[in-house]
Amino acid sequence: MDLERFCATSRVVIVAGKGGVGKTTVTAALATAAARTGMSVLIVEVEGKSGLASCFGEAALTYEEAELRPGVRARTLTPDDALLEYLDDHGMRRISKRLSRSGALDVVATAVPGMRDILVLGKVKQLERANVADLIILDAPAAGHAVSFLLSARGLLDAVRVGAINRQAAEVVELLTDPSRCQVMLVTLPEETPVNELIETAYTIEDRAGVALGPIVVNSCVPPLGTAGGALRDEDGVRADALAVGLTLEDGEVRALADAASFRDDLARRQAEQCARLAERLPLPQLRLPYFFTADVGSAEIEILADELSVGIASLDDLAAR
Amino acid sequence: MTAIADLVDQRHILICCGTGGVGKTTTAATLAIEGARRGRDTVVVTIDPAKRLANTLGLEHLSNAPREIPRDIWDPARDATPGGHLHAMMLDTETTFDQLVQTYALDGEQAQRILENRFYRNIAGALSGTQEYMAMEKLYELHDRGGFDLIVVDTPPTRHALDFLDAPRRLTRLLDNRVFRLLMVPTRTTLRVGTMAAQAFLRTISRVVGTEPVDDVVAFFRAFEGMEEGFRDRAAEVMKLLAADETAFVLITSPRRDAVEEAEYFAQRLADGEFAVDALVVNRVHIQYWGVAPDVLRTRALELGAEPGDAAARLALRYENLAEFEDVAGRERRELAGLEERIGDASVAHVPELGHDVHDFTALRAVADHLLAAG
Repeated sequence: MDLERFCATSRVVIVAGKGGVGKTTVTAALATAAARTGMSVLIVEVEGKSGLASCFGEAALTYEEAELRPGVRARTLTPDDALLEYLDDHGMRRISKRLSRSGALDVVATAVPGMRDILVLGKVKQLERANVADLIILDAPAAGHAVSFLLSARGLLDAVRVGAINRQAAEVVELLTDPSRCQVMLVTLPEETPVNELIETAYTIEDRAGVALGPIVVNSCVPPLGTAGGALRDEDGVRADALAVGLTLEDGEVRALADAASFRDDLARRQAEQCARLAERLPLPQLRLPYFFTADVGSAEIEILADELSVGIASLDDLAAR
Repeated sequence: MTAIADLVDQRHILICCGTGGVGKTTTAATLAIEGARRGRDTVVVTIDPAKRLANTLGLEHLSNAPREIPRDIWDPARDATPGGHLHAMMLDTETTFDQLVQTYALDGEQAQRILENRFYRNIAGALSGTQEYMAMEKLYELHDRGGFDLIVVDTPPTRHALDFLDAPRRLTRLLDNRVFRLLMVPTRTTLRVGTMAAQAFLRTISRVVGTEPVDDVVAFFRAFEGMEEGFRDRAAEVMKLLAADETAFVLITSPRRDAVEEAEYFAQRLADGEFAVDALVVNRVHIQYWGVAPDVLRTRALELGAEPGDAAARLALRYENLAEFEDVAGRERRELAGLEERIGDASVAHVPELGHDVHDFTALRAVADHLLAAG
């Protein structure tokens, strides 16, 4: 119920974060968690290239929808796709070919900054209005581009005051600024620079784009090494424990065991510090997802991450109720 | 194969490239500091450094001209080779582009018309590829006029870091656009038909985006008339500089699979353009602690876990943990094997995961030790 209610908050969820933080993984896990509750989910991938399909063990995505697992469909939607479709929809099929062939598309898109983003978001709005799925998850562009992506509609309203594209931008702003229709889920890593950048991005998105922020996903958190983390790190401790169980260890082995334990201990502590700092600077709930030591993220890991998200989201609701 | 230390000692230009988030700026800063420490007059051009690194380099404010970093900061112990200097700057794309326009405008009035044009401002401020192009433009300018021994350039954190190779071409293609060029010559009779078609075309575009942007574009191309040649020549000069023997490419990656895939693609594209990767830097590599197969370690963890007592339980945890990190280290090495093969005889440096961000000079020196140790 909790997760269902969360996913029903807004039909569109935009997953954003800088490159390498695991945006695509989070997108896949959220989609899986929602689909398990019986919702139909559509993932929209805007960069035309990501590991999304391989997370589910499927072939690369295309403009045509494909089912990645029961209840989860996905498709790409690049700006060029969106523009051609827009022109087709507006009775300009002939010009669309000429636009792309002549390279004039680049010129027009440059003359109207943000136009590409508007067309993508406009298409998402169209999908939302057409009720194509209970939940539409948009895997947003990486890095700083996520901010300009969300700001583009407002910028365009100022720059272009007439024409079809202006109407499109106005509708996109309506979608983005209505928390009952759209929210942004920011993803970061528990490291200093990604946390700093996330804080900056969060404030920019709320203040300037007026988009509602959902919980922050902190990805790749290394669990502490049991409760006795600190007690496992020194070499003398390793030797003493080995002696107690009647093992004789080489020096290299003792050092390896102690060093690896120290590394883990330091890492978990630093990550916890970064999560605490994030919580202090940004008053939004955090959903923490675990780091996988043993494998690259595939469908089995996505299921585990979906479990974690479900549990995390359920506890958020409890917090809110308190 | 040339060791990274030799690249720093001998080359004139080091271009640090790679996808975003792999420590490109940090690596560029490290190489520049080493250049200065080895007695060379060095400048590093950074693009959007993380705040604390920027502070370290004295780059609180965007400055489009190199500023010298006092020796006390990067050589506190005074043990570096004398004669070196360290300068740093943060690329200001728009100003760089404005200066380029001023250089190639036939007169001040033409420059002014272009600089005030909204379409031009969009190109200078937002067109993808402009930042990449201007990074290269700045490089050329520093090479041409700066008198530096060593120029280290960071490249923008675009998803496809190779964009900067295409950027000059991409921009000239935009400036050469046929549809819009037709509009510039409405009086030439041979092109009148084309012009009519182009006018109709523009009217259709206006229906979508409004007339203002279209007017801006037309005004821009009118104002730009006569400057394309200069821009094209300059772009060709930049490409020549990139291909010169005195220029080295340093490819930077992390051992994460997606980063390695981007790096492989990048190495391939460099090779297609007949540029060689001279060095590969892999940041944040997990070290191998012992070199025993993770399965063996896990079996031992299981055996110990079955024994009674806290000591056995603690040892089991340690073995399990060691197995996890040996797994990560092994996986990273497998991910990197293909890339390292592809780049042939480039020297390879692994910088271990230090477990903390690198922003001060002490940490940068620690990274340098790993970089320069590479054969």
